[in-house]
Amino acid sequence: MGLTSSSTGIKAVDSGLIIKKQSESDKVVALAGNPNVGKSTVFNGLTGMNQHTGNWPGKTVSNAHGYCKTKKQSYVMVDIPGTYSLMAHSAEEEVARNFICFGEPDAVVVVCDATCLERNLNLVLQAIEISPNVIVCVNLLDEAKRKQIHIDLEKISKRLCVPVVGIVARSKRSLKRLTDTLDSLSEQKDRVSPLAVKYPDEIESAISVVEKTVSKYIGDKLNSRWLSLKLLDRDESLITEINKYLGDDFLKNPEIEKALADGEKLLSDSGIDKQKLEELIVSSIVTTAEEVCRGAVLYKKEKYDSVDRKIDKVLTSKLTGYPIMLLLLAFIFWLTIVGANYPSSLIAGGLFWVQDRLSDFFHYINAPDWLHGILVLGLYRVLAWVVSVMLPPMAIFFPLFTLLEDAGYLPRVAYNLDKPFKRCNACGKQALTMCMGFGCNAAGIVGCRIIDSPRERLLAILTNNFVPCNGRFPTLIAILTMFFIGASGGLFSSLQSALFLTAIILLGILTTFAVTKLLSKTLLKGVPSSFTLELPPYRKPQLGKVIVRSIFDRTLFVLGRAASVAAPAGLIIWLAANITVGDASILSHCAEFLDPFAKLMGLDGVILIAFILGFPANEIVLPIIIMAYMAQGSILELDNFQMKQLFIDNGWTWVTAINTMLFSLMHWPCSTTLWTIKKESGSWKWTVLAAIIPTVIGILTCILFTFIAKLFL
Amino acid sequence: MRQLNTLNSIKPGERAVVESLNSTGTMRRRLLDIGLIKNTEVECVGRSAGGDPSAYLIRGAVIAIRSEDCNNIIIATN
Repeated sequence: MGLTSSSTGIKAVDSGLIIKKQSESDKVVALAGNPNVGKSTVFNGLTGMNQHTGNWPGKTVSNAHGYCKTKKQSYVMVDIPGTYSLMAHSAEEEVARNFICFGEPDAVVVVCDATCLERNLNLVLQAIEISPNVIVCVNLLDEAKRKQIHIDLEKISKRLCVPVVGIVARSKRSLKRLTDTLDSLSEQKDRVSPLAVKYPDEIESAISVVEKTVSKYIGDKLNSRWLSLKLLDRDESLITEINKYLGDDFLKNPEIEKALADGEKLLSDSGIDKQKLEELIVSSIVTTAEEVCRGAVLYKKEKYDSVDRKIDKVLTSKLTGYPIMLLLLAFIFWLTIVGANYPSSLIAGGLFWVQDRLSDFFHYINAPDWLHGILVLGLYRVLAWVVSVMLPPMAIFFPLFTLLEDAGYLPRVAYNLDKPFKRCNACGKQALTMCMGFGCNAAGIVGCRIIDSPRERLLAILTNNFVPCNGRFPTLIAILTMFFIGASGGLFSSLQSALFLTAIILLGILTTFAVTKLLSKTLLKGVPSSFTLELPPYRKPQLGKVIVRSIFDRTLFVLGRAASVAAPAGLIIWLAANITVGDASILSHCAEFLDPFAKLMGLDGVILIAFILGFPANEIVLPIIIMAYMAQGSILELDNFQMKQLFIDNGWTWVTAINTMLFSLMHWPCSTTLWTIKKESGSWKWTVLAAIIPTVIGILTCILFTFIAKLFL
Repeated sequence: MRQLNTLNSIKPGERAVVESLNSTGTMRRRLLDIGLIKNTEVECVGRSAGGDPSAYLIRGAVIAIRSEDCNNIIIATN
């Protein structure tokens, strides 16, 4: 899902954030906020970039930055991961806190969800403690209005003593209010100091003891009150950062050591240990947030969320929860298959007509045969095939999937699937990463960062490949339509193929469960960790935007990637198929070599070679097979019927077709995915394992299926 | 009369007030982060298709929590 040019593949892995200012006078603005409050939408609206957005928490997993210009000033906007707090309990929170604290942003915009402002204020209050230049940006005002939640922004601004801007991030106009406030922030002088959270007296006196000394040494580099509190809290991760930022000797300063000891003694004398301290700190913040909202946020309707609850009752109930999930999946596949069929043959017809004209042109200029072969029959034909087969299903599947995502259905999938995942000692968030895998496995693997426990994250990383990505969908759909649907088409056969495809995906999901369970009993032993998952309110998806964005952002991008791999591959394969050594081409030598083993799996050498050559991108597996077969034949146009004939001429049966689909579902991940796994797991061991596990399972499944099929034939 | 129990004891549609947290480590912190402190009102709004986890309305947000984690959340009902 997180599938834009910046989130797929190699760029998906962030390697630390380096802020590039376009000019020295640029101001750096951090965008913080709870998960799923529309931070990415605000970011995109301000910068005109396409950070992927979706209605589920944890979508932004790394910092991204972009530029935004107003009449007065230009800004570098930094989208930091969504967090509930800045206490650095998880990797994301640490990234967020470190940036606000040590990234020296000129301003921090905390984006809040108007429909649950009070909880969002926890983060605001913590940000205010660290940074003097906080702007509160209350997003989703439209949603709050619909739910009849009234918010007095002015009152809240007065109480917090920081600017509060109400916006509807989906509307660009309202974002202007935010940029205006940003502009005026730098002009203001002698500002009132923002509201400070008041802690219980014991803590306050300990803070003042420490702060007296600390403020002498840090000047205005950091907020001394906040730092004193954190030092008393003995926040390990912060202490490491402080050593980096202020130098090792800062905390070794005897005066500071003494002040800290005094402060700690004050606390322990009043019976406050570390856990108690933490709890008192959090309670004070929560109570302050309550006070700020009192009388300023009014819920006019008692049951303001009754619609959400009604939908939830249907989508997550015992009776209907799972069937609806399956039906939705099957329905999406059905629409994709039915919808893609006609444009696919249309595009193919057009592109192959162009091929004929190209051939004519080459003959006309008397170009040598080998040049025509390489460029037209190699490069162009594979490209044409990839485009005509991949474009239509993707242009249908992606928008449909994005609609579900935008509406907020995906967290419900994780919610429903948590129990089965827990049985496998994993967690329901793995379902979210699998959904991302439908788009691109590399993106899915980066998405595994939303899983807190390192063990469960590895489980999700190692099994993500069992969800077929968009590179494998076309292969599956093409083979399905060729071998298991009558040439007539029609409603019945399209339903049949949708169900067939759903069954294949289910097999992948079941394998995911089985492998997860197996791994958590062997290499990744452990008990399921605890887990909280936010179920966001349903939102009406923005139909037009979804369609435009998913086609331009995802479809064309993925297609571009496929084409850029397919074109050179087509060239190499044409060479391999046409350069002969001895009595046969290089390709057929290789195929012959692999043939005995491939036959065992119910495939043939050509298919196996296609999978091996498809390592850089799964999209080109089928084109390679076709090209290898055609090196012997001479079919110029390829519609479904002729393609099937070509396959049958080369010895395919329905058993071969099923085995090819099975192996497409279960074999080594593509090179980009493996590279991402190495980056994310940081170890070669897991990377190698991530390749071996699906391959071995795929080979065994194919052998088993072939064996069983032979018994019945 | 005020009765102490775990969060598991309330059914969808029922409400209770948090008394204390017995959870430890990360889970404790996460629960505190979402505002689950003493005297916070919690409403059970449903259970997932598998029967577990359940969803709770906490300070305006719906959060799913597993039953074994709910066992460590002590609530008071009237």
